[in-house]
Amino acid sequence: MSAIGDQAYLRDVAAEKLPAPAERTGVIGWLRENLLSSPTNIVLTLACIVVIAWVVPPLVRFFLVDAVWSGADRDACLASPLQTQPGACWAFMRIWFSYFVYGFYPLAERWRVDVFFVALAFGIVWLAWLSAPRRDLGGLYFFVVLPILSFVLLHGAPLIGLPVVPTSLWGGILVTVVVATIGMVFSLPLGILLALGRNSEMPVTKAAAVGFIEFVRGVPLITVLFMASVMLPLFVPERFAPDKLVRALIGVALFASAYMAEVVRGGLAAVPRGQYEAARVLGLSYWRMMGLVILPQALRVTLPNIVNTFIGLFKDTTLVFVVGIFDFMRTVEAARADPKWTTPNTTVTAYVFAALFYFVCCYGMSRYARSVEARLTRAGRR
Amino acid sequence: MLQRTLSTRRRLGGVVLQIAIVAAIGGLGYGAAYNAGLNLSRAHIASGFGFWNNTAGFDISQTLIAYSASTSSFGRAFWVGLLNTLLVGAVGIVFATILGFVVGIARLSNNWLVARLAGGYVELVRNVPLLLQLLFWYNAVLKSLPLLHGSMALPGGAILNNRGLFLPRPVFAANFSAVVVVLVGGIICAIGLTVWSRWRHQRTGANVHIFWPSLALIVGLPLIAYAAAGFPLHFNVPQMGRFNVSGGLEILPEFVALALALSVYTAAFIAEVVRAGVLAVSHGQTEAAQALGLRSGQTLRLVVLPQAMRVIVPPLTSQYLNLIKNSSLAVVIGYPDLVQVFAGSVLNITGQAVEVIALTMAVYLAISLFTSLTMNLYIRTVAIPER
Repeated sequence: MSAIGDQAYLRDVAAEKLPAPAERTGVIGWLRENLLSSPTNIVLTLACIVVIAWVVPPLVRFFLVDAVWSGADRDACLASPLQTQPGACWAFMRIWFSYFVYGFYPLAERWRVDVFFVALAFGIVWLAWLSAPRRDLGGLYFFVVLPILSFVLLHGAPLIGLPVVPTSLWGGILVTVVVATIGMVFSLPLGILLALGRNSEMPVTKAAAVGFIEFVRGVPLITVLFMASVMLPLFVPERFAPDKLVRALIGVALFASAYMAEVVRGGLAAVPRGQYEAARVLGLSYWRMMGLVILPQALRVTLPNIVNTFIGLFKDTTLVFVVGIFDFMRTVEAARADPKWTTPNTTVTAYVFAALFYFVCCYGMSRYARSVEARLTRAGRR
Repeated sequence: MLQRTLSTRRRLGGVVLQIAIVAAIGGLGYGAAYNAGLNLSRAHIASGFGFWNNTAGFDISQTLIAYSASTSSFGRAFWVGLLNTLLVGAVGIVFATILGFVVGIARLSNNWLVARLAGGYVELVRNVPLLLQLLFWYNAVLKSLPLLHGSMALPGGAILNNRGLFLPRPVFAANFSAVVVVLVGGIICAIGLTVWSRWRHQRTGANVHIFWPSLALIVGLPLIAYAAAGFPLHFNVPQMGRFNVSGGLEILPEFVALALALSVYTAAFIAEVVRAGVLAVSHGQTEAAQALGLRSGQTLRLVVLPQAMRVIVPPLTSQYLNLIKNSSLAVVIGYPDLVQVFAGSVLNITGQAVEVIALTMAVYLAISLFTSLTMNLYIRTVAIPER
């Protein structure tokens, strides 16, 4: 009995920690876990590798290695003894590049477009950077100052010495950006009004908002654009018939506002009822309650969705093509048909270039939306 | 007292606002109608649907119903266009659903490479405008297919060249209807078998394997009937001629491009819908199913997907609607859909913009409203009863 104290069945010193088995950590562990965890997985992995090996090298060869980067006309991109299998014809894109950006905007006036791009970029950064100083001023700048400034810059004002450039000369990325921005600037306020109307208790207001939203969301954008470009001139006295670009802008803005309204409505629904009640108790009127308490919260919550709607709007701007406006897509289509550059690869190069432009813009915006969303989730968890 | 004055004031404001809205809408409508009347009469354009029965006089490259430029009316052209829209919509929906579900589930695969490839597909396709993709498929892919003389022969006797896709056209003999009758009978019997086995399973817990009997009923019986009827189906295989492909079923390159672009584009959005739906099913469900010994395929099919469908179906329907609305892009490549035929050709010939555009919009609106009504009914049936 006395020996119990000597017999140590229980360790009083913790066993030394062993490292995890080598096949479960590091690169090997990762490979086993993610690529080779079961026979099916091994087959899938092999199939993917085969597909990648089959697709990627030819693409790299076509677009980078064998691509033609400079040249004066199509001879550079045609097969020659020097280069039996020429790839993408980037030389063509380089020659046409300024057309893609400015369209037929007069050469001497193109600095105005550049200034517009810079002013726009400034406004976007101010609004998109969530901890920028005085974002309320940023909103004022983006939604009030910028539209006026852009009109004066792009359209011209003879009074201050800027000659008028008719919209028929605008083109390319300039028009795409103008259509998208105007769509944004007008659809957000309109969408907010429509969403408030839809949530209203007044039957007429509600019916008007619901009718408009459901009508616009039920028809394709093309028909709205057709309506704006064919019917609108009929509905106004002949001398007020708006310019072709303005008609398309009206169509795009109305179309986008219906979608924006639904996004804003989602945001309004996310604001707790107590906020409305508290604002009412403080004696705020309807508009002050909305403007000071509800909307700031609702718009913040729904910012990722607003950005996503804007991505859709940005992609949809390509449809103004159909009513004969020279947006970026249309300039690419026009350049593609240039007989000086007809080669078997011109079309593919032109489309891949255009796709790259849209992809970079849209993917950038969607990354931004996702980062805002992550930030909101973190804030909500606290 | 204060309360009452406040709410009275508010109600008064509401009434004034509503009257103002009615007045604005009415005024705008009246002004538009007045100007339209003035402008139309100045341009000597008739109004009303009087043109409906006039001879159309233009050709349409793809007609599902009999149509000829010299005798058919504008009204007939409208139906041709509408059917073409519905055809490309239906084909697009089928392929987009299949591709979308495959990609959506692949994105959730525990195989890193598969998930990444599926994710790359979604990101690439979603961030490039549909119009650009459509032009790419049409101008860069289909137009650069070989000319007639270099036509590609596909397995099964199909021919592909830059004039389109030529498939073997099935030709049904008179007694083929017997096979169809047997097939329908087989399907009804299989459904009956399923209902019976469910009932038995609920009663006794015993599982009856109905896969092979059902297969025999749906495939085997019609095959026997087909043989018994003396093989009443043969195919008119397209033949290469010197200047043309003769016979077979011609599918326009415009149709192929549009269906392809719509399927590929919408599939990316459907994949996201599917992914969100599957993620919405709590992980405990998967774990419970695996603890019960279900294999991963069974877990997905029997436990996860049925629950995910509740979340998936409403946004899936709106993707279908988007696809049908997006099919109006046909006008860009000249596929004769409703917009191209009616809001394009008919509008240009008659000049009656108001009627034509209004009718075109009404068609899309009707499709949307019908679908969302059906959807609301569905949501009501599958909603989990609140306890």
